[in-house]
Amino acid sequence: MNTNPFRQMINRLNVKRPASEPARHARRAFQRKSTFSFSFTVLVLTLVFLFLPLFVIIAYSFNAGKSSTFTGFSLEWYKKLFFDSEPLWAALLNSLIVAFSSAALATVLGTLAAIGISWYKFKGKAYIQTVTFLPMVLPEVIVGVSMLIFFSGIKLPLGLFSIFVAHTTFCLPFVFLMVLARLDEFDFSIIEASHDLGATEKQTMNKVIIPAIFPGIMSGFMMAVTMSLEDFVITFFVSGPGSTTLPLYVYSMIRFGVSPVINALSFVMILATVLIAFTLRKFLKNIAAAK
Amino acid sequence: MSRVRESKPPAAPKTPRPGLKNMGAMYAWPMGLWFTAFFIVPLLIIILYSFLKKGLYGGVVGEFSLNAYKQMFNPNYGLVLLRTVRISLISTLFTILLALPCGYAMARSKFQTVLLFLVIIPFWTNSLIRIFAWMSILGNDGFINSLLMQLGLTKDYLKLLYNQQAVILVSVYMYLPYAILPIFTAIDRFDFSLLEAARDLGATKPASMMKVLLPNVKSGVVTAVIFTFIPIFGAYTVPLLVGGKDSYMIGNIIVDQVNKTRNWPLAAAFSMIITVLSTVGVLWMMASSKKESALKTPGKAEEKR
Repeated sequence: MNTNPFRQMINRLNVKRPASEPARHARRAFQRKSTFSFSFTVLVLTLVFLFLPLFVIIAYSFNAGKSSTFTGFSLEWYKKLFFDSEPLWAALLNSLIVAFSSAALATVLGTLAAIGISWYKFKGKAYIQTVTFLPMVLPEVIVGVSMLIFFSGIKLPLGLFSIFVAHTTFCLPFVFLMVLARLDEFDFSIIEASHDLGATEKQTMNKVIIPAIFPGIMSGFMMAVTMSLEDFVITFFVSGPGSTTLPLYVYSMIRFGVSPVINALSFVMILATVLIAFTLRKFLKNIAAAK
Repeated sequence: MSRVRESKPPAAPKTPRPGLKNMGAMYAWPMGLWFTAFFIVPLLIIILYSFLKKGLYGGVVGEFSLNAYKQMFNPNYGLVLLRTVRISLISTLFTILLALPCGYAMARSKFQTVLLFLVIIPFWTNSLIRIFAWMSILGNDGFINSLLMQLGLTKDYLKLLYNQQAVILVSVYMYLPYAILPIFTAIDRFDFSLLEAARDLGATKPASMMKVLLPNVKSGVVTAVIFTFIPIFGAYTVPLLVGGKDSYMIGNIIVDQVNKTRNWPLAAAFSMIITVLSTVGVLWMMASSKKESALKTPGKAEEKR
């Protein structure tokens, strides 16, 4: 029985689960009824609340003037963003280096661990399951402070490498859970079949298990990349001179001297988010359809 | 959740046959060691530091002391602690009150995928960008103020930013998706025929919601509370960027103690409060989720038919 709330959530987000017949019937009856209910009204208002700030900032990004009154349409800030912001692009490069390297390591470690935990019994299993849990709930400030104190204790210089270590740590639980969710639907008898047919452990891993759970691995990897790209608080602690990542750069833009370039940057980042979410969704759907 | 698996022919047992090599430890321990080295050890260091004496120029001196914990009861810090609790409680309350009807409407809707997608987009957008968006809405020459001035409703700027209300509003905004997702997941798993039965037996709509739906989705609500309360309790960026003097929170104390005052034992002691609170929260969440699946045995019996 799966009692881990994170796993239930990830499961639900990955696959639409057919309910039992009476439940489905009742749901259909409920769906057909009234379109304008209290809860539906709240949902619409909440969605407006969630998207209003994003739309305001997008509108400002096309504003000719610097102030918040709309003085005319202009692409000036986009021109500045793309052709006149070298430090920003350097920060983006740093972010991408950290995101892809830490996501790759987290994916390898997380996938292996998920396979080990879902199929075998061994010493320390409960310990590993528990320690994967905590970093997901502990506020980022705590993770950041403890890492900073730890790094300064072992005299590790702060820079891209320390950010890489920190990001791998906080991305790992998510990759692990994504793959674990995928393994929940995995029929383990095919592993036995593969062994019976004479495959070695390595062959089984490469030719049976990994292809079967590949969508889970991929979505775990993508999620890790996104989370690493977006993290500010933990990075703020463990970064050093010369290792500014994109969120750190955005922070300094917000804090010291706001230029409307940040509006343009916001729109580009929102677009990138939508694009990633969309491809991920589509990717998962295609895989489900091909099955 | 196990409905699908249990309706299939019995799956193979989830343990390898005797005779095959047990690779579990080899597969899982690399991750276990990584967490031990880079998460558990740093946390233990924090615990240790909170009981040590502050060094003259930052850092610590290897000498046992309860100074950090004594300092925490300094009335100034006590005030911040109370304020943090207050802000987190109010924000969590608003978040859950909004998330419940949203999750319900989403679970009942035909357009679940689209709605999920819509909720996830702001959740994935960079948090600094979202905070900045609110700064440009609430600021002195922000969206609301310039709108009001143009309409001639106010002559002077309304001070909407840099106060506690702004912190609460933005916190609700930031963590709303975190609350909607688990509540939606729980309601989506809920057997809607129970609601029908309650209504058939004469319960009013609100009564059927309170007495049938809510108790059944309790674990989702608990998860949502944990997901909102703990991060807001440890918030740093939101109070820093949209808060004023009246909204300095524990997270800000910790950062200032680490970076400015360099009183590491005190920062460690404050971190301890948050860590203990989070651990209790997680245990509560796991317990409530376990209890619920134990209660759901009638559902299991139905599936076995």
